[in-house]
Amino acid sequence: MTVGLFIPCYVNMFYPEAAIATLSLLEKLGVKVAYPLQQTCCGQPLANSGFEKLTAGCDELFIKNFSSFDYIVCPSGSCALHIKDHLHSEKNKTLASEIKTKVFELVEFITDVLKVEKLYARFPHKVGLHQSCHGLRGLYLAQMSELQAPQFSKPEYLLNMVEGLELIPLERKDECCGFGGTFCVTEEAVSVKMGKDRVADHIKNDAEYITSADLSCLMHMEGILKRNKSDVRVIHIAEILNAQ
Amino acid sequence: MATREPGDHAAFAEKFNRDEARVNWHDETLWTVRKRRDLRAGQLPEWEALRSKASMIKDHTLSNLHDYWVQFEKNAIANGARVHWAADATEHNIIVHDILKTNGVAKMVKSKSMLTEECHLNEYLQDNGIDVVDSDLGERILQLADERPTHIVMPSIHIKKEEIGELFHQHLGTPKGMSDPQFLTETARHHLRDVFLTRSAALTGVNFAIAETGEFVVCTNEGNADMGAHLADVHIASVGIEKIIPQRKHLGVFLRLLARSATGQFITTYSSHFSVPRKGKEIHIVIVDNGRSRQLAREDFRNALKCIKCGACMNTCPVYRRSGGYSYNYTISGPIGSILAPNLDMADHKDLPFASTLCGSCTNVCPVKIDIHQQLYKWRQVIVAEGHAENKKKLAMKAMSGILSSPSLFKMAAKGFSWVSGILPVAVKNKFNAWYHQREMPEVKKETFTAWYKRNHKE
Repeated sequence: MTVGLFIPCYVNMFYPEAAIATLSLLEKLGVKVAYPLQQTCCGQPLANSGFEKLTAGCDELFIKNFSSFDYIVCPSGSCALHIKDHLHSEKNKTLASEIKTKVFELVEFITDVLKVEKLYARFPHKVGLHQSCHGLRGLYLAQMSELQAPQFSKPEYLLNMVEGLELIPLERKDECCGFGGTFCVTEEAVSVKMGKDRVADHIKNDAEYITSADLSCLMHMEGILKRNKSDVRVIHIAEILNAQ
Repeated sequence: MATREPGDHAAFAEKFNRDEARVNWHDETLWTVRKRRDLRAGQLPEWEALRSKASMIKDHTLSNLHDYWVQFEKNAIANGARVHWAADATEHNIIVHDILKTNGVAKMVKSKSMLTEECHLNEYLQDNGIDVVDSDLGERILQLADERPTHIVMPSIHIKKEEIGELFHQHLGTPKGMSDPQFLTETARHHLRDVFLTRSAALTGVNFAIAETGEFVVCTNEGNADMGAHLADVHIASVGIEKIIPQRKHLGVFLRLLARSATGQFITTYSSHFSVPRKGKEIHIVIVDNGRSRQLAREDFRNALKCIKCGACMNTCPVYRRSGGYSYNYTISGPIGSILAPNLDMADHKDLPFASTLCGSCTNVCPVKIDIHQQLYKWRQVIVAEGHAENKKKLAMKAMSGILSSPSLFKMAAKGFSWVSGILPVAVKNKFNAWYHQREMPEVKKETFTAWYKRNHKE
């Protein structure tokens, strides 16, 4: 089994340490990983802005980069969901639909494909888990609070394997942080207010770190934390699961 | 009363956010309602099954709308009601006015009806010399304040009790500074009692029209619809064509979902059935299209017509809670308003599908399973395709598309970070940068992951 590592464009630039942790974690779990060097971006910023029609080039490139792998793993629920929901190709219809079934967000790949039951990681800190909406309500990484259905949480399942880690409770366990892609600048006032409220919930409950399977949410919350000179830090879940 | 104001959702939302304490209050108030909904929904093991059933009944009904309304009309006429068909808001208003004129009515009492808000009936009737008093407490407060509803179930949820006290002091003579809810409600009750006794015509909305029996059901908590309708000689019921259900037994599904979703009650205090007019009295049913059949013809958006107007999507929406109902600048605010409004006037409401993070909470609280956030996404595509995007944005998106499709251009652009400028202006730290205004920039790292990988993985 060879996994194609799909690293979101902004992670590549701003959070390379999360990408390194993802790669290292997968390798530690015995997976053969390759990183296609020609990757750019999944095209979600275009599509969510209403320009889905302009994503054809991105889609073809994605297919070219990733169609040969058994699985495609991405440390972002949002980017993985975009590929799952919206990858489209007139030229390569079969390849496109195959990719949609092969793309996994990192956490669900570890729990559902690798079916890992033990992790050797240590992170002796109080951690608040931020559920990204696309991971939660799009990929069902955990049970959402809206539905009256059995509880489960794939990220919590993994975080609970980490030695010394204490998950803190939240008052609103799955409210959106307000990043929302271009929403974060086009609707700046509401976006920031949502982010402030989310961050406040973690701070009130004594988090040292806020973690998530999506760095876009964390980037937004980090911007707010830093502006307010908070000591609370953000960290991608891969870095915790890979921590020694 | 104010009509559409200039400005888009982001601008109104920014204004609303200047008073953060008020935003907190608004958010908490509506979140409390969402929590009550969760509690009630959680008490029914069959909750998700009920949602599925309701969704299926509505899907079926929307596919057979014509037949069910013809059946309804036949049965309603047999009951002794009079049935009118209105293609749009203007026709609806003319029909209502004609009924009032024919009966020599100059004063009418009206219970809550979002449809008449949508048709701007109050303004129309007032311009034609008819006095209309809203009997729903929330709507009456708005009438006194000369404001529009900000929520479809709790129309004056944006007004604090102290502000209501001041309004009542000015209009109903309560003592200055009095804001005790019990006292204010009692005052409104006495004031409205007089209204009910002196009005010979009453207009109500309709929650469910039942094809099988030709009857309609009106749900309220205050009993104001009943009080108006029973005391008046003429009862006019305005109903949108999406409000029909095939059979009476289906109420068993919808009534259980409606109040639990809306306010976290088990059921509305009053769920009243109207069918046969009493001797010497009249019931008129005005069936209104006003753009609904156009929405029905839009395949991607038709199931928005399943809506039973519970408002759960508003209460859960993290954007609505922090931007307020007025920021949507449309009769129906929140997520459901954002997928209904563009159907009526796309240019006028092109901002609304973008007033969302696409978090998907709305879709999952919806008791009839409308795919609200998917429709928001699809409306964005339609709005752009039909040429309603700004030129500046179009150019930025085209440039981004070119860069993201080409690994070599992407590598060049990544160095200057210019490709992100369309979504995330990271290069400039100034007041024109909407990211930097209240957030620090993400730190630019010395080495990208790609560079690190090349260094460490020689192929």
